[in-house]
Amino acid sequence: MNQNNENYVNLKNLYVGYNGKAVIKDINIDIQKGEIVTLIGPNGAGKSTILKSIIRQLPIVDGTVVIEKKGLNDYSYKSLSQTMAVVLTERIRPELMTCRDVVAMGRYPYTGRLGMLDPEDEEKVVEAMRSVHALEIADKDFNATSDGQKQRVLLARALCQEPALLILDEPTSFLDIKYKLELLSILRSMAKDKDITVIMSLHEIDLAMKISDRMILVKGDHIFKEGQPEEIMNEELIRELYGIDNGFFDPLFGSLELPAATGEADILVISDSGRGIPIYRRLQKEQQAFIAGILYRNDLDYRAARLLAREVIAEEPFRDIGDQAFNRAMEAVSKCSEVICAGVTIGDSNRRMEEVLKAADQAGKLREVDAGGIVGLNSWQLPD
Amino acid sequence: MSTAKRNRIRYTIVFAVLIAMVFVLLVLNINTGNVNISPGRILQILFTGQGEQNELNIIFKIRLPRLIMAGMLGGALALAGFLLQTFFANPIAGPFVLGISSGAKMVVALVMIYFLDKVGKVSSFALVLAAFVGAMMSTLFILLISHFLPNMSGLLVAGIMIGYICSAVTEFLITFAEDADIVNLHGWSQGSFSGMDFGDVASAGIIVGIAFLLTFFLSKPIGAFQMGENYARSMGVNVKSFRICLILLSSLLAACVTAYAGPISFVGIAVPFLMKRCLNTAKPIVVIPAAFLGGAVFCMLSDLIARTAFAPTELNISTVTSLFGAPIVIYMLIQRKAKNAQ
Repeated sequence: MNQNNENYVNLKNLYVGYNGKAVIKDINIDIQKGEIVTLIGPNGAGKSTILKSIIRQLPIVDGTVVIEKKGLNDYSYKSLSQTMAVVLTERIRPELMTCRDVVAMGRYPYTGRLGMLDPEDEEKVVEAMRSVHALEIADKDFNATSDGQKQRVLLARALCQEPALLILDEPTSFLDIKYKLELLSILRSMAKDKDITVIMSLHEIDLAMKISDRMILVKGDHIFKEGQPEEIMNEELIRELYGIDNGFFDPLFGSLELPAATGEADILVISDSGRGIPIYRRLQKEQQAFIAGILYRNDLDYRAARLLAREVIAEEPFRDIGDQAFNRAMEAVSKCSEVICAGVTIGDSNRRMEEVLKAADQAGKLREVDAGGIVGLNSWQLPD
Repeated sequence: MSTAKRNRIRYTIVFAVLIAMVFVLLVLNINTGNVNISPGRILQILFTGQGEQNELNIIFKIRLPRLIMAGMLGGALALAGFLLQTFFANPIAGPFVLGISSGAKMVVALVMIYFLDKVGKVSSFALVLAAFVGAMMSTLFILLISHFLPNMSGLLVAGIMIGYICSAVTEFLITFAEDADIVNLHGWSQGSFSGMDFGDVASAGIIVGIAFLLTFFLSKPIGAFQMGENYARSMGVNVKSFRICLILLSSLLAACVTAYAGPISFVGIAVPFLMKRCLNTAKPIVVIPAAFLGGAVFCMLSDLIARTAFAPTELNISTVTSLFGAPIVIYMLIQRKAKNAQ
């Protein structure tokens, strides 16, 4: 992924914790320049403890942190603050400070004895605010801004410190989805444009997978797994990490599903191209077990049905529907008391679907639902 | 950049008004009393040093030193309050409510009684030192408690309790001390600017002057600290030594005031609050000098009222400062509550 394979941050045999007692043991991680690295794990797993140790808020229990080939404890207060900037989880309520004042605080390591800003500093403050789209709130009282604005202002403050390494502790908590995406995309472009190394903890696995070059999974008292999200993330791993056995996660889409309804399936859902998904979800909420089919394995509906349906009748992509799937579908039609068709496009290879639909219609079980995506769903009522 | 300009104008106006008030109070304070001296005559005497012996005595031996002390110590109190508020990240912290003044008072009373009994005389530096020891004792105790009760009300209750204990001990000492100077001691333990001379002005001036300069040069880290300890650390503040500086400076300032004038209430909370509102900023580099001037004005005015309102009976200085300060603090608390509820 990275051109210069130079390690920028090294955590070597690192033990972190409180009062000399290690909470997480034996951390060994090398982080390259310009990488975005995300710590993921259950609440209380110790993500913050690791970050606090890296920013010297907590003394290291054992082992070393090396930043730019220099041990963390060899940095003076000033040189460390010119290398590393932070965005913390704690909410601050500074008295009578405008957003500009807060951002300007980031110039601290560069100003003189009395902390006065020169025109160049002022320019950098404006630049930092512009890069996080916070210029229009510059003169607003910091305490009077929204959570999303506060977080952007704090990010601008950190940028103003001109760090090579940026540490963020759960920067997306308190933010709604719009601001989450905005904040993360700012981080992404920053890391690429300015070659800033980012280490952060995140709650949202789905977002973490999309933004990170590397993910570090923290669980128990150790690093559970570490690597590129594309390589390491799968359903099994996530269930193990969070100890979930009743929910399912699709790492391909990053979507989290509640467990499928149990019991005898009494409904067959026929669909394709994602038209079935809203119906699956609706049935799932009502805890109605259902069968989905016949779906090609490359269909959107197939991925969702795998997690939500009691049974999926599937066929290999681009093949004609074979006897096995067809017979199973016909069985389902006769067994179920209702067949919901959310729309299916009939072509040469799935011609046999017509027969399935006809059988359902003749049995008086067919209900055609114009899901049309999610749009038509409001008028659609579940069977009793 | 129009906001920056507007701020600068605002700061200039606030400082101009404060300085003007200092001058008006200077003249007014010398002018009023049992013997009235007209403002024209005051200026004449001040600038030429010539006048009737009676007038010279009143001005140079009584009113002027008292006035300067009121100004200087008032400023010192406001600064001590501002430093403590920074330290505890709590706008209601101050030397009086946290029991620091009372701790200083107790040790000063102890030393005074001991020395008056054995030696018959105490140097003012010894008293400042005693006050400093007392102030540090209370502060360290408060720090210990704030470790277990890190919230605003816990801190306050602890401070008020320490204040009561120290005052009780002081009253006990005064009750059982047998000396003619007890009347004097009693007056002092209630807080008063009376009986100051130019020797006091000089020694207090040195201490307050140095403490003011040191505080002013701390304005950069104080600013960072207003964003919280952890952000301050991440910006390169050596939090540990910075905290020690804050504690030493605020104790020294509070001790100095207590040694000379006894405990004085509410100045430390009310003045920094008022100044921040007037300036519409909490930036230490402007708030520190403004709080000093504001404290001076506040105490000079309070002393004028204490002296003249029921003349010839003189009020305790704290009676007056509480009367003005307490409503400001109540207003501050209500306003904070309203803001937090938004």
